[in-house]
Amino acid sequence: MMTRLLLDLPFFTVVLLVVIGLGAMVLKRNLIKILMGLSILESAVNLFLVAIGYRQDGVAPIFTNVPSLHMVLPTVQALTLTSIVIGVATSAMMLSFAMILYKKYGTVDARDIRKLKG
Amino acid sequence: MSTMIMRHLPALLIATPLFAAFLMPLVGAAGRWVRTAWVFLGAALTATVGLLLAWQVFTTGPVLYVFGAGDPTQTLPGDAAFPIRIMFAVDALSALMIVIASCSSLAITLYSLNAEARQSGLETFYAMLFLLVTGVLGMVATGDLFNFFVFLEISSLAGAALVAYRIDEGVAVEAGLKYALLSTVGALAVLIAIGILFAQYNALNIAALASRLQFTVLDKVALVLLVVPLAMKCGAVPMHFWTPDSYTTAPSSVTAFLVVSSQASLYGLFRILYTLYGSLLSWATFGWFLIILGVLSMFIGVTMAIPQKDVKRLMAYHAVSQTGYMLLGVGVGLAVLGNRAALEEFGKTAMAGGLFHIFNHAMYKGLLFLTAGAVFYRTGTRNLNKLGGLGHTMPWTMVFFMIGALAIAGVPPFNGFASKLLIYESVFRFSPFLAVVAMVVSILTLASFVKVFHSMFLGARRAEYAAAREVPAAMWVGMALLAVVVMAAGLVPRPFIDHLITPAVNALCDRAGYIATIFGG
Repeated sequence: MMTRLLLDLPFFTVVLLVVIGLGAMVLKRNLIKILMGLSILESAVNLFLVAIGYRQDGVAPIFTNVPSLHMVLPTVQALTLTSIVIGVATSAMMLSFAMILYKKYGTVDARDIRKLKG
Repeated sequence: MSTMIMRHLPALLIATPLFAAFLMPLVGAAGRWVRTAWVFLGAALTATVGLLLAWQVFTTGPVLYVFGAGDPTQTLPGDAAFPIRIMFAVDALSALMIVIASCSSLAITLYSLNAEARQSGLETFYAMLFLLVTGVLGMVATGDLFNFFVFLEISSLAGAALVAYRIDEGVAVEAGLKYALLSTVGALAVLIAIGILFAQYNALNIAALASRLQFTVLDKVALVLLVVPLAMKCGAVPMHFWTPDSYTTAPSSVTAFLVVSSQASLYGLFRILYTLYGSLLSWATFGWFLIILGVLSMFIGVTMAIPQKDVKRLMAYHAVSQTGYMLLGVGVGLAVLGNRAALEEFGKTAMAGGLFHIFNHAMYKGLLFLTAGAVFYRTGTRNLNKLGGLGHTMPWTMVFFMIGALAIAGVPPFNGFASKLLIYESVFRFSPFLAVVAMVVSILTLASFVKVFHSMFLGARRAEYAAAREVPAAMWVGMALLAVVVMAAGLVPRPFIDHLITPAVNALCDRAGYIATIFGG
């Protein structure tokens, strides 16, 4: 029972992180905080992917001198790596957008950044 | 040599624009003419590879390409029971989308050679443009769900950067940020769905997943997480709010291609519903889901468009409205997919109308955005209340605008009429009410564009636009290219439907066939 709970713990964390991330994006007005929420959401997804591939007592999936063939799944780790790289690019681009907006509007408050309407 | 090229076309489809994009900053340093030549070469080669690949698919059947395998057609390596490598699976539907993206990307690149020449930071601009093209081509060609996510992200990021490219006192950046934020959240939902599917079936390949899908509760969650973001990315009401902002602030050539990138999401939506889930779904439910999205988009899009003062914003709302026709046509097909008699009687015609409308829309909408860009290029404003009398000074732009406007309103003999007629007659047999709505929306579209035409081109010459002249040559060629396709698909729609659209419809309906191309069954 206890081990079952421990194995499921990453998935509870994922749900928690998704709630925190989405909550920050919806409730916060500061652009930087909204982007932080997005980052947390990305981490949640990455954690989810890695957790899928976890096997109890599994070893790293590298075949050279391998102690046992009981390995964690490599595919999801590759997915996570790709997702992290994309996440970095996204964050960098959006933070630079936030910088430009601050220069032009003098604020990062999402309520004041509303020139587009209709 | 030529067999070698033909064999590796799917890889070249991605490699060519990617190569063009990443060498752009280096080549750009060699001066203006070298850069222009490089951009032209990259665009022409990408379009050639795309059209060649499509031609190969339409003549010899679906093309498979397994990356990293000794033999690119070897889908199941060694003793593996399922595909483990990333592969491209280009069937007739993908080929149709590749044709659209190739034609459109060539026209818009030519157009931007002149239209953007006065801007700074052009190396980055063209690098991003090529990346956007790469993303769209990858999305429609890939047979791997995770790969689809990667290309979706590439197109979203490049698209957002291009939307924000002209900072425009921050307004464009605002739109770019909105687009990037929504795209990223949507793509993350797609990634969670991919994780859910992988965890259950240990596969990422669309065909492998389709053959194993059990339609568990988790699969239903994954379905929602895939369908909602893709419906948002294609700009369907009620998730359309990003389209007017992004389409308005992006440079016009980019807007014309953002339309195609939205359609790549539409392709993803159809692929997921028809091929990945297919027979497991309750067809009526999901058919009606698409139909309702379609009708809402059509109607709300056009009613929002009519009062707009900014010509590009107006066109953006019309783009939402036209997406509704595609959803309606393909949705009617999905609703009767289980009923063979109804499918043959009108379902396939409705799908053909929807898919043909994707093709037509990319061409005439692209053309319209380019003409709006041409007007902006010469006058510096997009405000309809300030424009007027341009017919005297920009006659060719006026002609191109008329061709695009009559096509979008579904007036014969332009291409919009050909696809809308297919939709009207088939949807009428399904539900007369829906067909009436579609026709009313067309009439409203016509009314709206008559107003735009009147306020932009007619009337006396205005003193403030006395200096406005016809657009430079490359812009003219870009618009003429699209105008010729619009005219051709309208005057002789039969060959387009027989050779381009019908194979795509059959490919979309044939889920077992798609799975068999990969498992060799």
